[in-house]
Amino acid sequence: MLQGMNINKDLVAASATPLVLAILSEEDSYGYSILKRVSELSGGRMEWSDGMLYPVLHRLERLGYIAGYWQKSETGRRRKYYRITPQGGEQLDVERRQWQAVDDALRSIWSPPALVNPLSQG
Amino acid sequence: MPQDPEVLKQQIAEWRSFVARGKAIEDRDVEELEGHLRDQIEGLIDSGLDADEAFLVSVKRIGNLNALSREFAREHSDRLWRQLVLGADESDENPRRNETLFVLVLALVAGLAIKLPELFGIRFEDQASEAFYIRNISFFFLPVLIGYLSWKRNLGVAGFTRLLIPFAATAMVVNLYPFLRQGHTFFLSAIHLPIALWLVVGMAYIGLRWRDSDERMNFIRFTGELFIYYVLMALGGGVLSMLTIGLFQAIGLKAESFITQWLLPCGAMGAVIVGAWLVEVKKGVIENMAPVLTRIFTPLFTLVLVAFLATMIWTGRGIGFEREVLIGFDLLLVVVLGLLLYSISARDPQARPGLFDTLQLILVVSALVVDVIALAAIATRISDFGFTPNRSAALGENLILLVNLGWSAWLYFGFMRGQKPFSALERWQTSYLPVYAVWALFVVVVFPLLFGFV
Repeated sequence: MLQGMNINKDLVAASATPLVLAILSEEDSYGYSILKRVSELSGGRMEWSDGMLYPVLHRLERLGYIAGYWQKSETGRRRKYYRITPQGGEQLDVERRQWQAVDDALRSIWSPPALVNPLSQG
Repeated sequence: MPQDPEVLKQQIAEWRSFVARGKAIEDRDVEELEGHLRDQIEGLIDSGLDADEAFLVSVKRIGNLNALSREFAREHSDRLWRQLVLGADESDENPRRNETLFVLVLALVAGLAIKLPELFGIRFEDQASEAFYIRNISFFFLPVLIGYLSWKRNLGVAGFTRLLIPFAATAMVVNLYPFLRQGHTFFLSAIHLPIALWLVVGMAYIGLRWRDSDERMNFIRFTGELFIYYVLMALGGGVLSMLTIGLFQAIGLKAESFITQWLLPCGAMGAVIVGAWLVEVKKGVIENMAPVLTRIFTPLFTLVLVAFLATMIWTGRGIGFEREVLIGFDLLLVVVLGLLLYSISARDPQARPGLFDTLQLILVVSALVVDVIALAAIATRISDFGFTPNRSAALGENLILLVNLGWSAWLYFGFMRGQKPFSALERWQTSYLPVYAVWALFVVVVFPLLFGFV
């Protein structure tokens, strides 16, 4: 598979907060389903050690960005769902702007204006 | 290929217990992680893996559990400290959520019980009623403690009543015997009565299943922890008393009589119940203190005993014959026995013999030597001056400790050489417990008769 494409640890750790918040802003969810969504979104390139998601979730819960609640799932087991709080929504906005700034900077150095329109090179 | 769902269930249970070992991982977190594992396994089985493979892959994907446990500890460092949440957390499936209230009522009952005799003119601070309180002190709080434990263990009213029979019997003995005022047998009875009755507390604690050696070991642990909690509460009570006196002094009032008549007696009784409850609640949640203290003091006591014996041999001095000295030796042996008991109670029976075991053996052997010397001193005194209640009690206690320590040393030695399992030592100690109670009862009931109530 795409061995070389696995994203490095620091980057994964840094992106964990915005990813989790963004996923929860779509709908309430639980650990396993959040991981599936991450894997879907990244095309399997973001390798999280599954267990490590939970300390992250608990940290976000402590910071008040998300709130956990227990609910019976369709299989009958109790499951801990998380929903985003208004505070978490604000944090997501902040994170989004930050990541956009990083993204902009990287884009502008990796794709100089000359390459924006390949046709002009004629 | 058909898979046994039982095997999978068991594998998950094993994994779960491994996860639960993480100090900062609470039950709810374990449940959350287990839920994840099960979801993952089901997902993999749906996509065609068999249960075994699905389990292995899922466990692997959860990741290294030690790293996970560390991560939890970093996120929840507070849990490493504040693990004792009193009565608050386990309300979900627990029908006994009003335990806190119940315990407080019981503590109040025990606290007020000691004031009850005052209604009949037996005042706590009177010199004349001193003897009454000294011989009856056990009857104010031990029945309440047994009531709490009977309730905890679901013994019912019948079980509780049965446990009270020894109390009624001994209460009659110590109150109806024509003791000589301030006599030796009176004080011996009063001192030994709580020891004898503590076995009844043990019965209640283990829910009347006395044959179970593990349960008896739990009772030993309970006793040690309760003792430590009690000492801590007594220290707190001392601070409270001093501050109360100081505060009221500042506005020119004397609070001393309130302290000595109410705070001290009622607090001392109620604290036993509260202490027992704390030990019950925190059991398994926080590291037990008695074994920790044992670890610290076993080497120190070993050093002192060895130094003492060496000095005695070097200088050729014998032990004095004074009563205080002999009582001091008895106390020393009790402490050594306590160190032995609590290091046994905390030891992993499967672990190999180590340096600490060597220390323990040296401690026991030197205590044995000291015991033999003390016995020789008592024997000389008895042969010179005859039997008295005090000498006989000291002799009996020494013999009991000698037998215990002697056989313990033998079993320990066998364990060090790999011939005996550690559990033999554990069983020996737990089966020896009734001996103390029977001897104490003997001193309470038979000694006064033997020595004519002097």
